[in-house]
Amino acid sequence: MKEEPRIGVFVCHCGVNIGGVVDVPKVVEYAKTLPHVAYAEDNIYTCSEAGIDSIKDAIKKFNLDRVVVSSCTPRTHEPLFRAACEEAGLNKYLFEMANIREQCSWVHPKEPEKATEKANDLVRMAVARATWLEPETEPEVEIKDSALVIGAGIAGMTAALTLANQGFKIYLVEKEDEVGGYVRRLYKLYPTMEEASKIIGPIIEAVKNHKNIKLLTSTTVEEVGGYVGNFNVTVTKKSEKISLEVGTIIVACGGLNYEPAKGLYQYGVYDHIITQLQLDQLLRGGKLGKPERVIMIQCVGARKGEIRGYELESFPKSDTAKLLGKVLKAKKEEGWPYCSRICCMNAIKNAILIKTVSPETDVIILYSDLRVYKEYEDFYSKARDLEVKFIKFLEIVTPEVTQTPDKRLKVLAYDMLAGREAEFVADWVVLSTPLIPHKDEVMLARMLKIPISPDGFLMEAHLKLRPVDTTMDGIYLAGVSSGPKDVPETITSAKAAAARAAILMANRKMRSEAIMAVVDEDLCIGCGLCEELCPYGAPRVEEGKSKIIDVLCRGCGVCAAECPRRAITMRHFNDQQFLAQVDAAIVPEGLEVEGA
Amino acid sequence: MEEAVMEKTEFEPTIIAFCCNWCAYAGADLAGTSRFEYPTNVRIIRVMCTGRIDPTIILSAFRSGADGVLIAGCHPGDCHYVKGNYAMERRFNFLKDILKHLGIEPERLILEWVSAAEGGKFAALIRNVTKQIKDLGPNPLKRQ
Repeated sequence: MKEEPRIGVFVCHCGVNIGGVVDVPKVVEYAKTLPHVAYAEDNIYTCSEAGIDSIKDAIKKFNLDRVVVSSCTPRTHEPLFRAACEEAGLNKYLFEMANIREQCSWVHPKEPEKATEKANDLVRMAVARATWLEPETEPEVEIKDSALVIGAGIAGMTAALTLANQGFKIYLVEKEDEVGGYVRRLYKLYPTMEEASKIIGPIIEAVKNHKNIKLLTSTTVEEVGGYVGNFNVTVTKKSEKISLEVGTIIVACGGLNYEPAKGLYQYGVYDHIITQLQLDQLLRGGKLGKPERVIMIQCVGARKGEIRGYELESFPKSDTAKLLGKVLKAKKEEGWPYCSRICCMNAIKNAILIKTVSPETDVIILYSDLRVYKEYEDFYSKARDLEVKFIKFLEIVTPEVTQTPDKRLKVLAYDMLAGREAEFVADWVVLSTPLIPHKDEVMLARMLKIPISPDGFLMEAHLKLRPVDTTMDGIYLAGVSSGPKDVPETITSAKAAAARAAILMANRKMRSEAIMAVVDEDLCIGCGLCEELCPYGAPRVEEGKSKIIDVLCRGCGVCAAECPRRAITMRHFNDQQFLAQVDAAIVPEGLEVEGA
Repeated sequence: MEEAVMEKTEFEPTIIAFCCNWCAYAGADLAGTSRFEYPTNVRIIRVMCTGRIDPTIILSAFRSGADGVLIAGCHPGDCHYVKGNYAMERRFNFLKDILKHLGIEPERLILEWVSAAEGGKFAALIRNVTKQIKDLGPNPLKRQ
């Protein structure tokens, strides 16, 4: 501390909300006795215009360089008071709050004396912390107005088009030599029964002809460096290396259809046992014929087993290939833990398609749970009208598939509603298998430093509040990369991801909170623990020293707490500020602040 | 502990609670807005994430004379910073051992997960923790 701080304390009555329980004038008198407090007053409502003006006037009149407002929760009111400080020429990080409403008057209404005592304590703690506050500046970074979209399936193409139409330069990278991804392989889409090619065709044309989209097919992403606004990406197109500089990245690597392990429901053992995707191909080519009976089994390899995302993370970084092998093997044996959302509708769609071309065919769908959400209920009714049979089997007694002497298939299932075993002879057994993460995804996750969810897909920053965002600023997820989706959902998420990326690129710059880590290079030994712990990739060890990339740091402080050399300080939440607050919580009288 | 029982005026412990900004602190706010009452013994210190809480800060709290320290953060998997609460949980386990060696009952250090929607849980937690620390009596470092 260069000069002795001059702290102003403003204690709020909040009408009767605080004043009705806590003796506010007493708290003001107490505040005046605290070290470094140059001025204290009470306000009926500190957040009112009069209250805000009073703060601004006092800052000037009493030459205050720190402000403590003792009122409600900083979660709602801190921005308002910080703005008042800024307007009076005080750095907003020199402001602190004591919460004597939510934490005091509202929860201790029957103990006014103890509540007043507690309010005194909370003010004392806030003053102690304020004593050590320092002015901070918020870092700013330039954002390049170009984006990389990884994967040219329906998600990647939609995201690329959305951004390109807004005038941003887009690099659309596709590993295969043809665009269109998974949807290109499909026959008809539920619930409109439109041909997939009719939906994807115009999108492909638009992408190929757009002046703002640079389409790179047969291209893979090799390396991603840099950070939000300034990513340096290296891609390889047929052994030619290309360097790209982009501001944002959208990951649309899509997913795969799970192919059952050999022997699961006799898949790969007997003929005529296929997946829904293979049935799709048969229907598309008109090769199914007019079979007597088709049986579909739901949730094959889905909603079972367990994928442990954290196990993927604990693997050494160099061992990606080995890891991949192990993960895929585990999945083959165990199946996938989640519901893939689309299989119920997909099975119903194919059942209707069979009934359309061959009404005589008996179609039976064996399920343990049928999940036909929103408007798909009608779709289900339509299938029932066409006499598709739905039989609920007991989940723990999965159906058995065997072969009859005349090489047809026999399915034995426990019919829950009838309460007995049912046996059917069929010409085809169709397994409904889930959409699973693309096998390139683990590699991409490593390169982009984004986590993998327990389901094995790329993880969104927050399940409810931040879909399509990742924990890394400037990197967004579109389509099946973050979990199974049907076509409408994929397009929604692709447009959402594009909108999120556009916000950054349109602003051309980004500011972040000043609460962030700072490394003392003299103390740092470059052990890299901070780099390992940080979920945002903010610390990077270069030349034996850790460096924090300001704009990436979110200020959680996990690195500061774990640094073995105590070389990392958190701005606005440093040790001194904490310890002063802790000490002030205990020492009842004669509080002395070290070094003051 | 016997000393505490024999004291005529009831022992009122001081408990420091470190609450993360996104879950537990918001849970405490909700307890307030819902008017769930709880004892006055707890002093809350707001941290951005429980992952920030350096073991030395907790030890300092005991050294300064806190009778109990409560750490409240986001539920596993809900951390605003992805996995800061797991880092805290690791520290919590070895801190309990350290406290034992220092002659401080490890039960004085409590770790709990409280979401922003769990105002009722927060109030109940404070009631339980206050009772637990009251039963333990004053911080042994203070008694000496």
